[in-house]
Amino acid sequence: MGIDIKFPIGLMFTILGFLLTVFGVITGGDEALYRRSLGININLWSGCGMLAFGLIMLFLAWKSWKAKTS
Amino acid sequence: MTDTGFVLSLIDYTIMIVYFVFVLGIGWALKRYMKDANAFLEAGRSMPAWVAGLAFISTNLGALEVMGMTGSGAKYGMLTTHFYWIGAIPAMVFLALFMMPFYYGSKARSVPEYLKLRFDEKTRGLNAILFAVMTILASGISMYALAILMEKVLGWNFHLSLVLSAAIVLGYTYLGGLSSAIYNEVLQFFIIVIGLLPIVILSLQDLGGWSGLKEQLAPIVTAKGFAADTWTTTWKYTGSATTNPLGVEWYGIAAGLGFVLSFGYWCTNFLIVQRAMSAESPTAARNTPLIGALPKMFIPFLIIVPGIAALVLLNKQGSGFTLPEISPGHYNYDYTIIALLKQYLPAGVLGLGITALLASFMSGMAGNVSAFNTVWTYDIYQSYIRPVTADKAADDKHYLFVGRMATIFGVIVSIAAAYLASLFGNIMDFLQTIFSMINAPLFAVIFLGMFWKRTTGHAAFTGLLSGFFIALLHHGLTVPEGAATLVKGGWICNLHTYPVEMAQNFWTAIFAFTTSAVITVGLSLATRQKKSDEELRGLVYSLTPRHVETNIPWYQRSSTLAILVLTIATILTILFW
Repeated sequence: MGIDIKFPIGLMFTILGFLLTVFGVITGGDEALYRRSLGININLWSGCGMLAFGLIMLFLAWKSWKAKTS
Repeated sequence: MTDTGFVLSLIDYTIMIVYFVFVLGIGWALKRYMKDANAFLEAGRSMPAWVAGLAFISTNLGALEVMGMTGSGAKYGMLTTHFYWIGAIPAMVFLALFMMPFYYGSKARSVPEYLKLRFDEKTRGLNAILFAVMTILASGISMYALAILMEKVLGWNFHLSLVLSAAIVLGYTYLGGLSSAIYNEVLQFFIIVIGLLPIVILSLQDLGGWSGLKEQLAPIVTAKGFAADTWTTTWKYTGSATTNPLGVEWYGIAAGLGFVLSFGYWCTNFLIVQRAMSAESPTAARNTPLIGALPKMFIPFLIIVPGIAALVLLNKQGSGFTLPEISPGHYNYDYTIIALLKQYLPAGVLGLGITALLASFMSGMAGNVSAFNTVWTYDIYQSYIRPVTADKAADDKHYLFVGRMATIFGVIVSIAAAYLASLFGNIMDFLQTIFSMINAPLFAVIFLGMFWKRTTGHAAFTGLLSGFFIALLHHGLTVPEGAATLVKGGWICNLHTYPVEMAQNFWTAIFAFTTSAVITVGLSLATRQKKSDEELRGLVYSLTPRHVETNIPWYQRSSTLAILVLTIATILTILFW
């Protein structure tokens, strides 16, 4: 009905992924922050993963939109 | 703030806010499509199979499920996977292949309406009213759980959390109806998976992977009096009720959980079935539960495995991991997931994890509200208060209005139920237990109705009622060991003590199902079938032309998907035998 849900999903995860990636890069040297996550920069990893997922969803949404309009 | 409390920072709140903007935005974007009751309450039967399929399992992936299953992971280990691999999966495959053609093909708009078409008005009425009450109650209990969690963990105000979360759910379900609930469930599914994944990875990393986890579990489990690998196996120790923590033998698990409870829940609960009924075509409707089953099989790794890790952490010197205690030595396992979030997640992903939990609460609540408004509008209001008139255009507008009002009403009553739960927690627990008992007899009746054309309306109605009363009676006569209140059973007298509550639930369901089935069959033979074969076409298996899937590629056929699902479930079961 009406909207293609792939688009909002893609957009949201792209935004969230971007936010977390940037936050991960900025806080990269903060050992105290990442002591909990066993020294792993989990924000950077999660952020990159979400960014990739978001962009794939956006790409799929763009593909179905193109197929629909042509 | 309690010892489980933690402080969120700006980045965490930002993530949460971005999520809520999207949730409400989806509702807003759908607003202009809500022209009649059909669009609002049935999503216009337009959902692609993958959307309906993810919504199908997301509705069930409510917070009580996420919190409960993680806690069960700590309490029962991998035995909890019985809820998935022998429980949900076979039931979902059965629903897809054998029941969806009738639910969808009959043009019924709800499960109660199917009962009306197949049996009679009184069977529908009974089911509709019980369902409406049960759904609102469930919604209220889940709202209460959310508010108490927010209060204890984040230090938020109980009343504010309650009203705010209700307002958000009301916002998007009022604007976009079932479509909005379904689209948001898909969004929620992804945020729940992605938000909880870091805990799985970090806890396994911390404990040295699966093998490290097994090694460290051994002494803990042996101290409890079980074999060392009980927590990491599924069927191995089910030969006797005393060698596994569930307290049930393999046949109790197979019959109680695998058959009666799971089939009752997945095949007859309108909340779930509604998602598949919103699909765009008969094939999509059949594929919905199957597509949902694919990720469903792997949910245990997301929520049960961290629960098992939590048990190790709880017993590990210097891990710093604790759970609140109910009484000395007895932990409140409901808090397992929160404690794990606190243990491993730094600011950033922590916000994501909390958002995932909030999302799971909302998906449960929105699911309940969107199922309630449909049953209320079609099965109660349209049937008993204001039937359809000759003016279709006016009707469409009127029922859309009623559907919207039912949404508001549903949310308000849920809030009232949440307050009732906060004041009389035991009574609400009791009511929930009681209402959970209506699924088993309902499954017996619908199953017989679909596959035996002789089943009559009087028989179905009596079968439904008697199954319900037997369940009550069984609950009143038996007690799980260590039960402190009558809410847990034995309020008539105590004839039998079960080792754990789970065992009592399984056997309650088995008794209810059997009684209901026997009475329905007996009375069907004794009463006259009032419906002609012509009237039953499309409602009963033997009188309906078989659905042939010839013009779709083999890999999109339900049978192919079903074989794939069952094969993977079998492999997982063998791997963790």
